[in-house]
Formats: sequence, C-alpha cells, structure tokens
Amino acid sequence: MIEARQLTKRYGDKTAVDGLDFTVKPGTVTGFLGPNGAGKSTTMRMIVGLDAPTSGSVTVNGHHYARHRAPLQEVGALLEAKSIHPGRSAYNHLRALALTHGIPRRRVDDVIELAGLGSVAKKRAGAFSLGMGQRLGIAAALLGDPQTVMLDEPVNGLDPEGVLWIRNLLTSLAEDGRTVFVSSHLMSEMALVADHLIIVGRGRLLADTTVRDLVREAGGDTVHVATEDPARLRDVLAGPGVDVTGRIGSEELQVTGVSAREIGLKAAEHGIALFELSTRQVSLEQAFMDLTKDAVEYHGSTTGSDTVDSLEQTA
Amino acid sequence: MSTLTAPTEAPPAAPGRPVYRVSGRRVLTSEWAKLWSLRSTWITLGLGLLFLVAFGLIASSRYKSGIGSGHMDRDFARSTAVSLSLFGTNFAQLALGVLGVLVTAGEYSTGMIRSTLAAVPRRLPVLWSKAAVFGVVALVIGTLGVFVAFLFGSRIVSGTPAAMDFSHAGVVRSLLGAGLYLGLVGVIGTALGSLLRSVAGGISVLVATLMLVPGLVSLLPSSWQDDISPYLPSNAGESMFALTHDATSLSPGAGLLVFLGWTALALAGAAYRLLRSDV
Repeated sequence: MIEARQLTKRYGDKTAVDGLDFTVKPGTVTGFLGPNGAGKSTTMRMIVGLDAPTSGSVTVNGHHYARHRAPLQEVGALLEAKSIHPGRSAYNHLRALALTHGIPRRRVDDVIELAGLGSVAKKRAGAFSLGMGQRLGIAAALLGDPQTVMLDEPVNGLDPEGVLWIRNLLTSLAEDGRTVFVSSHLMSEMALVADHLIIVGRGRLLADTTVRDLVREAGGDTVHVATEDPARLRDVLAGPGVDVTGRIGSEELQVTGVSAREIGLKAAEHGIALFELSTRQVSLEQAFMDLTKDAVEYHGSTTGSDTVDSLEQTA
Repeated sequence: MSTLTAPTEAPPAAPGRPVYRVSGRRVLTSEWAKLWSLRSTWITLGLGLLFLVAFGLIASSRYKSGIGSGHMDRDFARSTAVSLSLFGTNFAQLALGVLGVLVTAGEYSTGMIRSTLAAVPRRLPVLWSKAAVFGVVALVIGTLGVFVAFLFGSRIVSGTPAAMDFSHAGVVRSLLGAGLYLGLVGVIGTALGSLLRSVAGGISVLVATLMLVPGLVSLLPSSWQDDISPYLPSNAGESMFALTHDATSLSPGAGLLVFLGWTALALAGAAYRLLRSDV
C-alpha cells in the first residue's frame, strides 16, 4: 500500500510533481503512466526517500519509508537510473545489499536464479547489457521479499522474452497479494498487465482509474447503428447503463452499453430494419493521448496523428 | 527464520515471512564486503603499502650511501632512522586519502548510492560505517607499512648518526602516530568524498588541504604564520608522528587533538549534506 497526499516536489521554479494524491492498493498491478517528464521517476524516488518532498507526504504501509525497520522488505524498487557499481559483480552487489538486512545468502542465490542471471552472476556488472542490468535491478528489488514492488520502466532494454517474463512476474506478484506499482510511458504495455491506472502529466494527476473505466470514459466501445426507425430503436434499447445518441432526423445512432450482437437481436425481435451495425473500439492509446495531449512536455515537430492511427490498429 | 521472532519485535509482515532488520553492525558488515569486492581497493591499498615501505627503504639507503661517500645532501643532514623510514608517508597519504574519496564519492558517480540509501534510508549509518571500515583498514595498512619500513630501514642506517631501534625513546610512539595519521587521512578522504559527491572534487580538496595550503600560508605575514601554521591539518598531523617538536609545532598529543578536530569537522559537514540533500 502506497499513499501519496498532496505530494509536491519543486526544483527551483520548476515543479516536477504538483500536489499528487493517490493510493496504490495491494493485490493488483497499478500502472503509473505519463509522458516523459511527467514526474513519474521523481515520485518514485520520493516513495523510497531518495528525494525529500517539498511539501506533502508519501507513506508505504502506513509509515514513511525511512521509518521501517527493514525497508527492503517493505518496498523493492527498480529505479530508472543505474544504481550499481560497475566494478562489482552481480553477486557481490546483491550480497552487499542483503548484508544490511541480515538477508541470508540463500535468498541472494534465489533472486539471481529468478532473474535468470545464474551464468553471469560472478561477472562485473559494468559489462552487462542493458537488459542484463535491468534484470539485476529487478533481482535487487525482489531481494527483501517485499510487500510492495515498485518498478520504473522495467521493460526498457529487454528483449521480447524478457518483456514476457516481466509481465508474468508482475501478475504473479499481484496474485500473491503484493502491491505492484509499475511506471511506463507506453499505454500499450500497461494495458496488458495493469488493472488500475494512475495517469500523470506535468506532475499533476490526470486520472486515477481502471483500464475499463478509462476506455468507457473516453467513449467506450461504441456501436454505430443505421436504422430505418431510429426513434423506435431508441425505445427498444433504452435501459440502465445504455446511452444512445444521434442527430434528430438522422438514421444513424451511436450506442454504448450494449453489444452489437444484442442490438441486432433486439432489432430483429421488434422487426426493425438495420442498414449498418458496427463496433468502434476506442484504443487505450487514443484515450491516453487525449488525456495527456495538453500535458506533453516535449512535443515532436510533426503531429502525432499518424502514430495514433497505427497504434490504434495494433491495439 | 520465523522461529526467531521475538514477541516485541514482530513486524507488520504476514506470518511465515522471514524477519529481516537493518542494524548498525549489519551496515558495517555490508560496507566491509563492498570495500573488498572492488579491484581498485586491492590495487590502491597495495600501492599505499608499497609507497610506505619502498620510499622508506630508498630514503634510508640514500642516507647510508651519502654518509659513506662523505658528502651529504642538506635535506638528509638532520635525519633519524624514524624520519627516513617515514619518508613514504607523504605518498601513502595520497593513495589512502584518494581511496577514501573513492569509497564514498565513487558511489555517487556510479549511482550505487541509490541502492545503498534505499537499503539504509536513515543514511547516517552508511557514512559512519564507511568512515569506520575504511579508517580501520587505512590505520592497519599504515601502521604495518611504517613498522616494516622502520624494521628494515633502521638496519640499513645502523652504525650511522641516524641509527635508532625500537627501544629508543619515542620511536614506537612516533610509528604508531604515523599509522594513526594515515588512518585519519583515510577517514577525511571518505568524509570529503561524501561531502562533495564528486571523485575529482574530493581528491582536489584533499590534495589542496594536505599539500597546497601549507605553502599558501607561507605568504602570510610571519606573525600570523606562527599562530596559524601549527594548526593546519598537515602540520598538526605531522606533529603526531614527529620524533621531536619545537616552539613552532604542536606536541604529539595536541597535534592528535587538532587533527581529530579537523576529521570531526569534515565528518560533520558530510553528515549534514547526506541528511539534507537529495541523491
């Protein structure tokens, strides 16, 4: 459980994190999303006490991180920036961290095995590839068998096999009842693992929602219908949670809350002729872009519409 | 593991989870393991030891050959077996001080400090442990080096005016003082590295303090010089292991106190910055 209350961090006159309020609950994977420069990494550094908040507070399992007797057992964190000495072997790096907590040697061997580092554990960490370095960071995060696992951009630099490994790892950690908090700037990646989403832009909270709600709020899965008798179809479809819109005098209706299949069945039942019936899925990527478009720190010189379209097709 | 749970120490963790806990002793063990798991430690400590012994023996040999040939360098004229054996101290203090800077500032330049402070978020135990571990290592290496240098150096110069042995008044005190001085230089190095968070910055300030400042002070009016000069880190440190002292230098005890004061000051600055700034 991570709780942030009015969490704020300023560097000079630049506000990196601006009054964030959120709760990350155990038992699910919570995605922490935002464009580059949105304040995700700063927030994560404040959670483990590396940066002190300018105002507000953030607690882990009810206490400030530094107040815990065994901090690595409360939160295991993979931070974005490299946090190893390149001259030390992976094994010695983990061993040194384990010694501060009295974590047995056996556990060090376990996390090395778990992260798939067995064959390179005695090599200097400075010679590791990006992906291997990332695996070492994750091994360090899991070292204390923590209640809360916090990973900043964990799939960076991983090959497809590694990405799949991370996804399965996150899901199984959440199934154990742990709090899992993962940041990313890629909605498509988050949509595959996260249940809950905390979306930030320019240090502010843009949305604290679930994947399903985000899609629904962004227009949801809309069914486009063209019919001979729109007025009657409206009456037939009316019900709780169903929303029907359409211009007066037009044959076309936009329906949310009912599937295309149900609409077809109901229309047939009441003898209403349909000319067109199609589902329009709003991609998560589109929903995310809509939310953050005003908050993107560094705009590219071209408009983003091309990439949005291509992402929409893949989503 | 869970059978070790004392009722008063039960953590909020779920039953069946092992009980871990950070303690000062464990942070010390961790810093000890960190120090020896880097190749640079072995190399630099080896160099420090080599400087101490080799330069001590070279100085003794030069003195001996100077006496033998009849014309003596002025620098060596008033030498004793102790001062000749301690000739390498100047170079060894650089090796040990620089390694001290690396122990702390090296964590900042590599990013390791984030892992370290995430494991020990109270932070200060890390500084105390690094200073203690490296201080003791530098003390042991320094003491070992000067005793070995004297053991062989005193044989080389035996039978000359500089001859002395361990039974001579003040010799053992002087050698122990030199070892202690090198240990404290190591501690000052770790403090400067932690304070400045930069390897280059730490080494520069260390070299400036130990080697350049005494030269600069000689630019001051001489009446000021006499008041200030004995209390400078380098001069106070030197009086810790000088065999004799005069009106312009401190007694060994006073020198030790002053040098401890400088060490404490550096550590206090490091502690302040460690607690106050983000990493």
